[in-house]
Amino acid sequence: MTLMPNETRRGFLGLIGAGIALTAMPAQALDTAQASSLVQKSLDEVYAVINSGQPSAQMYKSFEAIFARYADVDIIARSALGPAARQASPAEFEAYKQAFQGYIGRKYGKRFREFVGSKIEVTGARPVKSFFAVTSVAYLKGRSPMEVEWHVSDKSGKSRYFNIIIEGVNMLASERAEVGAMLARRKGDMAGLTADLQKAG
Amino acid sequence: MILAATAIAGLAACSGNPGAEGINDPYEPMNRQVHAFNRGLDANVIKPATSGMSSGGDKPGVGSYALQGIGNFGSNLAQPGKALNHVLQGRAEPAVKTTFRFLVNSTLGLAGFLDPATADFALPEQDTDFGQTLAVWGVPEGAYLELPLLGPSTERDTVGRVVDLVIDPMHAVLNLDEWLIGLGARAVSKAGERARFSDSVDSILHESADSYAQTRLIWLQHRRHELGEEGDEIDPYAE
Repeated sequence: MTLMPNETRRGFLGLIGAGIALTAMPAQALDTAQASSLVQKSLDEVYAVINSGQPSAQMYKSFEAIFARYADVDIIARSALGPAARQASPAEFEAYKQAFQGYIGRKYGKRFREFVGSKIEVTGARPVKSFFAVTSVAYLKGRSPMEVEWHVSDKSGKSRYFNIIIEGVNMLASERAEVGAMLARRKGDMAGLTADLQKAG
Repeated sequence: MILAATAIAGLAACSGNPGAEGINDPYEPMNRQVHAFNRGLDANVIKPATSGMSSGGDKPGVGSYALQGIGNFGSNLAQPGKALNHVLQGRAEPAVKTTFRFLVNSTLGLAGFLDPATADFALPEQDTDFGQTLAVWGVPEGAYLELPLLGPSTERDTVGRVVDLVIDPMHAVLNLDEWLIGLGARAVSKAGERARFSDSVDSILHESADSYAQTRLIWLQHRRHELGEEGDEIDPYAE
């Protein structure tokens, strides 16, 4: 059917990625060991929420908080918006960013059930361009192991994740297409896009 | 086969260069119509028909075991074709392992309904197809296509699908009816996947702002990853 081989593989991992980060990074630049431990630490945190048995709605809020704390939400939101980000006023962008953050928390948080009883093992890290790619393998019940790659940068001043690639499927590119389509539907109106994002996910 | 390769190379040459995000979609208006059809079919037929196929959660029902068996059976009959493609790609080890996998599951696995090759012999399926063979031979991807019922593809993969049906070594062993049963078993197993991955399919097909664009992007990225043809990493800080 219209099934794709990979349709499930982005899902909730987006959220887990949100945990990649350091709150208090030492002054030295990010290296492969630090990038890996960030991923590991974030995974532990997200799994703690998954296994907490909270009601779903509360979980989505916990996930959104992890995303806001540990992901570079600013660059992800900016990149998803594309050229329109440069034309938006600071207030418009800020409102959009808040709505985007909630949307990500709900959209990827909805998929947490797929991760109950799963594990993700960090397998390595390497420098790419100006950032680090941390590789890992996700073992989900009843599925073949999936390659998950995390892109971590300290360009924002703190070490934060800004992209996750699951079996080749890239969260940033996917959200660019989605937000671009939502903006086009509103004929470029930022307030309209923000209102739609508050309901989406 | 060489003819097919030449044909697809010709097709690919006609359909222009990749645009933004490496997407080459000159047939977008037609593809969107097919997508609207596929999406309607999914909402009205496939989804309702398959919603009972997966019991989900921690307690798989009898139905899901039956489905697994049918899927195994269909998949087993596809192994000789995959072995042949591994050979055509010059990959000896997966070709040999796929052949052993077929022999183990056809015998100990009771005609393929069970999968002892994965469970006991460390011979998991190593997926491939003639589309991949064409890629290994250097044939370009060609334009993106969404096929009725079958979903996302490219010109190269569409030729690959047709060639796979023709060169399937099982034609030598099975008569047409038997061969079609194998194909049917694979279709049933696909329908089972629709149920298992229900949330994901719904999210892309029925909840995104432009489900055509999402489907196209996600499918192309994953397919290119499988074939080792993925593009450059995105560096949003450099933009």
